[in-house]
Amino acid sequence: MKKTFDKKSSPRKDVDTYIGKLLRFGVFLSCGITLTGGLIYLFQQHGAVTDYSPIPFGEPFGVENYLRDFSTILSGIAAFDGAAIIQLGVIALIATPILRVIFSLLIFLIEKDYLYVAITSIVLLIILTNMILGLH
Amino acid sequence: MILELFILILFVGAIVAGFVGSLTGLGGGVVIIPLLTFGLGVDIRYAVGTALVTSIATSSGAAIAYIKEKITNVRIGMFLEIATTLGAVAGALIAVYLNKQYLAVIFGCVLIFSALRMTVKKAAQDSDDNTGTSRIAEKLKLNGSYPTAQGVVRYRVKNVIAGYFIMMGAGVLSGLFGIGSGAFKVLAMDTVMKIPFKVSATTSNFMVGVTAAASAVVYFRRGYIDPGLAMPVVTGVLLGAFLGSKILPKASVAKLKLFFGIVISFLAVSMIYNGITGKM
Repeated sequence: MKKTFDKKSSPRKDVDTYIGKLLRFGVFLSCGITLTGGLIYLFQQHGAVTDYSPIPFGEPFGVENYLRDFSTILSGIAAFDGAAIIQLGVIALIATPILRVIFSLLIFLIEKDYLYVAITSIVLLIILTNMILGLH
Repeated sequence: MILELFILILFVGAIVAGFVGSLTGLGGGVVIIPLLTFGLGVDIRYAVGTALVTSIATSSGAAIAYIKEKITNVRIGMFLEIATTLGAVAGALIAVYLNKQYLAVIFGCVLIFSALRMTVKKAAQDSDDNTGTSRIAEKLKLNGSYPTAQGVVRYRVKNVIAGYFIMMGAGVLSGLFGIGSGAFKVLAMDTVMKIPFKVSATTSNFMVGVTAAASAVVYFRRGYIDPGLAMPVVTGVLLGAFLGSKILPKASVAKLKLFFGIVISFLAVSMIYNGITGKM
């Protein structure tokens, strides 16, 4: 009796299934977007010579400004810019583990595991603070 | 170098990085950073930004398979994630004031020591070490079980406080160097908290993804994540991580430890080299 209960409707099993689906979705989505953008990028930059050589500290550094911000990346995608499409794929990739933490929080809530609701909230809070402080 | 060739080299390197990362719980940046800096002459800041993307891709890609295998312990991961994220914030703050050259050398030495200890030491039996547990582990519901070919193995977590502080150290190192420092995460769980190696590796993998994602946002906004580097790395690492995760459930723990020891030594040598040559 008890055994069938454990096997049949264990909440952990559903949880694992949902988290698995979320991860698969996030990974395939980001991989698909990145690959699409990559092919367009290769086509647009065909035959170009790469230069990522070290730049002294203090001098302007980093990718072009429009590739750093979500709104300008979106306008880049509208203009069919390969680099902007890749960046969208990267954003999807970064969002996946953070969504997983949010997902875990909801699951602990449903399971009424308030100790882990608290623990997961602390983790999210630290990540959020880190993001906001780091944006500066 | 011509773009097409550059991307091809990076793609192959990324497959290797994803494979190694998913087998050991390391972030995969261990392979990507040396490849980009020593191999392809890329600025260290781009390398670190790309390594973070690598870490996330490895983590998520491998986790898909691990979830099905039910090896990962999300409670342990989430509890220890408090320590690593706090440590990472502290590390990023300390980074401004400390000389990274000395740090890299010290870090490398610590890693070599850990690798030797782990590979030379007779591999402890994971499964029959079931005696005793800490009260904190009981209260935090950290004890768990995982399936093996011989049936479900239960395990009890020990030395929670010591493990927590080592995790915080691992977090500081991530904040300082931009790597996942999965090596330390696995050491804290496996050696100190007596969590079975496979559980440690997969749980560390989960944690690496979360910590790296938090810092990646910052790097993205600073412009350290370049699409030309990210594209071959994301796709290659996912492919490699997928291949690695197919092998893990069948792999023997002793062989994994030896393999993991070699990976740590590789990391150590590259860190020391970076420190001495002042490339960090």
